[in-house]
Amino acid sequence: MSILLVQLLNSLFYASVLFLIAAGLSLIFGVMRIVNLAHGSLFAIGAYIGAWLVGRAVGFGVPVIWLLLVMPVAALAVALVGVVIEPLLLRPFYRRAEEYQLLVTFGLLLILEDLMRLVWGALPLTADAVMDTIPVVHIGGLVYPGYNILVIAIGIAAAVALWLLIYETKFGVLLRATSQDRRMASALGLNVGLVYVAAFAIGCFMAGLGGAIVVPSHAAVLGMGIEALVLAFVVVVVGGLGSLKGALVGALIVSFVRTAGIQFFPEVELAVLYLIAAVVLIARPTGLFGTA
Amino acid sequence: MKTAAIALPRSPSRLWPYAGGAIGLVVLASVPEFLGLYQTQLLTYGLIMAIAALGFNLLLGYTGLLSFGHSAYFGLGAYTVAFLLQWLGIHSMELYILLGLPVAAIVSALFGYICVRHTRIFFGILTLALSQVLYSLALKFFWVTGGTDGLRVPRPTLLAGMIDFAGSGGFPRFIRSYYYYVLGIFVLSVAIMWVIVHSPFGKALQAIRDNETRARFLGLRIRRFRWAAFLLSGTFTALAGILWVPLNGLTTPDVLYWPFSGEIVFMSLLGGFRNFSGPIVGGIVFTFLKTYAVASTEYWQLLLGTVLVVLILLLPTGIVGALSRVAKRLWATKEIAT
Amino acid sequence: MSLLRTVELRKRFGALNACDGVDFTVEKGEFLSLVGSNGAGKTTLVNLITAHLQPDSGRIVFEDRDITSMTVAARIKAGIARSFQLVNLFDGLSVFDNVALSIFAREGKTAKITALAANDGDVRREARDVLAEFGLAVKSKLPAGELAQGERKLLDVAVAYALRPKLLFLDEPTSGVSSAEKAQIMDTVSSVVRSGAVTAVVIEHDMDVVFRYSDRIVMMHEGAFLADGPPDEIRANEAVASILLGTPSPA
Repeated sequence: MSILLVQLLNSLFYASVLFLIAAGLSLIFGVMRIVNLAHGSLFAIGAYIGAWLVGRAVGFGVPVIWLLLVMPVAALAVALVGVVIEPLLLRPFYRRAEEYQLLVTFGLLLILEDLMRLVWGALPLTADAVMDTIPVVHIGGLVYPGYNILVIAIGIAAAVALWLLIYETKFGVLLRATSQDRRMASALGLNVGLVYVAAFAIGCFMAGLGGAIVVPSHAAVLGMGIEALVLAFVVVVVGGLGSLKGALVGALIVSFVRTAGIQFFPEVELAVLYLIAAVVLIARPTGLFGTA
Repeated sequence: MKTAAIALPRSPSRLWPYAGGAIGLVVLASVPEFLGLYQTQLLTYGLIMAIAALGFNLLLGYTGLLSFGHSAYFGLGAYTVAFLLQWLGIHSMELYILLGLPVAAIVSALFGYICVRHTRIFFGILTLALSQVLYSLALKFFWVTGGTDGLRVPRPTLLAGMIDFAGSGGFPRFIRSYYYYVLGIFVLSVAIMWVIVHSPFGKALQAIRDNETRARFLGLRIRRFRWAAFLLSGTFTALAGILWVPLNGLTTPDVLYWPFSGEIVFMSLLGGFRNFSGPIVGGIVFTFLKTYAVASTEYWQLLLGTVLVVLILLLPTGIVGALSRVAKRLWATKEIAT
Repeated sequence: MSLLRTVELRKRFGALNACDGVDFTVEKGEFLSLVGSNGAGKTTLVNLITAHLQPDSGRIVFEDRDITSMTVAARIKAGIARSFQLVNLFDGLSVFDNVALSIFAREGKTAKITALAANDGDVRREARDVLAEFGLAVKSKLPAGELAQGERKLLDVAVAYALRPKLLFLDEPTSGVSSAEKAQIMDTVSSVVRSGAVTAVVIEHDMDVVFRYSDRIVMMHEGAFLADGPPDEIRANEAVASILLGTPSPA
């Protein structure tokens, strides 16, 4: 019984991280019609910055509870990276064919992956200290990290915050207008360029946050971004690209299937995942809530 | 209103592609005489990648579908060879090809069936995801696939077992002979692809690429054509994988990992995906580019990534595209001057 | 037997009644113009007949065969083709290849993968002839994307014509071109179509063009037929005049 609860919590933990990554990807696609292949790398940068900041903070003898602040700071840092990338590397290609845009993000991926190697080297970077910020909880006879529960809470909070942003704020209206009809929005006087940068920055923030909250549990390693992108893609295939609800549901489904798979069919855990994705696609070609 | 004079032919001569091809062939055939063993080996890899890119570009340049999952077919070809060796003790290169291609065709047909029902971005994502199914299988079933260590494939026998490379001096002999073998298959592949894209089928593909609605209103079954192109494309790229593994001596899951698919796309773009010879040039140039990048810096990904971005910015039609534009301009000015 | 008959054809788009129980007949050999203000339902009617859209109710009968449930490909095979208002060409292919492809498609030769398209003499000859009829022969080698607008409209018609249909729908073949070119285009189109014994239905806004070239004029308004007859009759029809010219109809 307790094992089941632990697995459930693990699934939700994983789903929170996946949701953040996939929601960022979906948001960027929804508004800008770009699939950012480097999105996973931004997630990885969030993890690296998070781990690095934690290391520095611990070195300076910062009280442990403050380490939690590292997460939003790291996410903001990645958002800043996004603010630099969008006008420099993406904007010149909006008028070009889709193929070129996709390829530019691939080039960006290569660049970012090596920048991480350059800055942080080839060894994994850990942030274990953060795990101690929250006391453990006891489930049955088992000890479970309280930090994981915090991550689940952050995931829920992020989903709510994003939903509020998109559907209840004026900025959200701008986002939705631009995503539905960019030229019309521009003709109405909307500063599309600003909306694009903002959307991209928010997407990067989400990815960076995902990295920052996962790194205390899973160290930052080179190549984690490339791996993460594939999972994010499975999430949007299942949930639908461009949909917030889709990212949430997709992340939950992928996460649960993966956790169950690891528990019961470790060899074919990923294959089961893809099988589920294939089934969803046959029934709903654009994913469960897709707008693509 | 007087109609203008006959429109200028668009290229200096209709024989240019054939002449250029002949010259290229002569150059390629004489490479082992003039360049060392290392360069010959490198160029063999280049020709192999050219075949991979040529197959890929049937889907992109001619059908308008961008696949980010072609590593699947390349890897499938490579691993099939390794399995043929391990399970059936086969050493013959011809058998590798004859048995490997149908396997790739079946998987391409299956993956293609799933993917062509979808539109552009989703198509790309699906191709990537499907390729990673194979990647994860290669990793997980390590007792079959050797996991991250991969599977070794020693030198095969060529020409139905007539030529083998055991014994001393085997390596240089292998490199030279294998170069010509690959060159021969390369020429054959180019010829086959040439016929495919210039056939009525090829024209139909291009029509579907240019205007799906109109193609439908000519009575063409869009999905069927795309599926056929997908099948051919995957099989071609698998051929490259089959040729690659005996030269590399080893196949690992890296060859199925999705960034390799990105490299294949990169190659086609580098050469120019709107030209027939673009992927060929791109495959060869990229191989040399990557080899020198890896040799010269630890941060070769950074280098390649920057090259890619600059390429898209400045040379979107690729090397061949840019050269042909220059050639057209020269031809046009020549006509005006005479 | 009429070549084409629609029976109570209906199509709504939300509150808009684009086709309101339309009974449309086309006789073999006619050159018919379909006119009406924007939103009258002309393009919808053509879209329904060519299977671009599915009707809400009603039937379409072609040569006494019910084609209502037939796919696009099946209807083309039966002998119905169309050109498009917004030019739809294969811009990356040459002008020649655009027409040749039409012929390959018609002949079912598009599955041929082992022979060069350039080697099919029959197709090449026919493509040359069609291009010559439409006055586009000199531009054969150019990519279709490089033609001037008037030539593009002609090519659009030529591609549809090369399917050798029995019934050809032309959606505004002269829109977007200068008045001088309009006459040229319609001269070419009407002469080719008549000499090829193809029945044609032309959607057109330019009433000069309509009166000059048509055997019969059908006028649509708000999804229904308002008038149907030879040009003289329509000219004299005052209800038509008031709608077209905005003049108040006599009490």
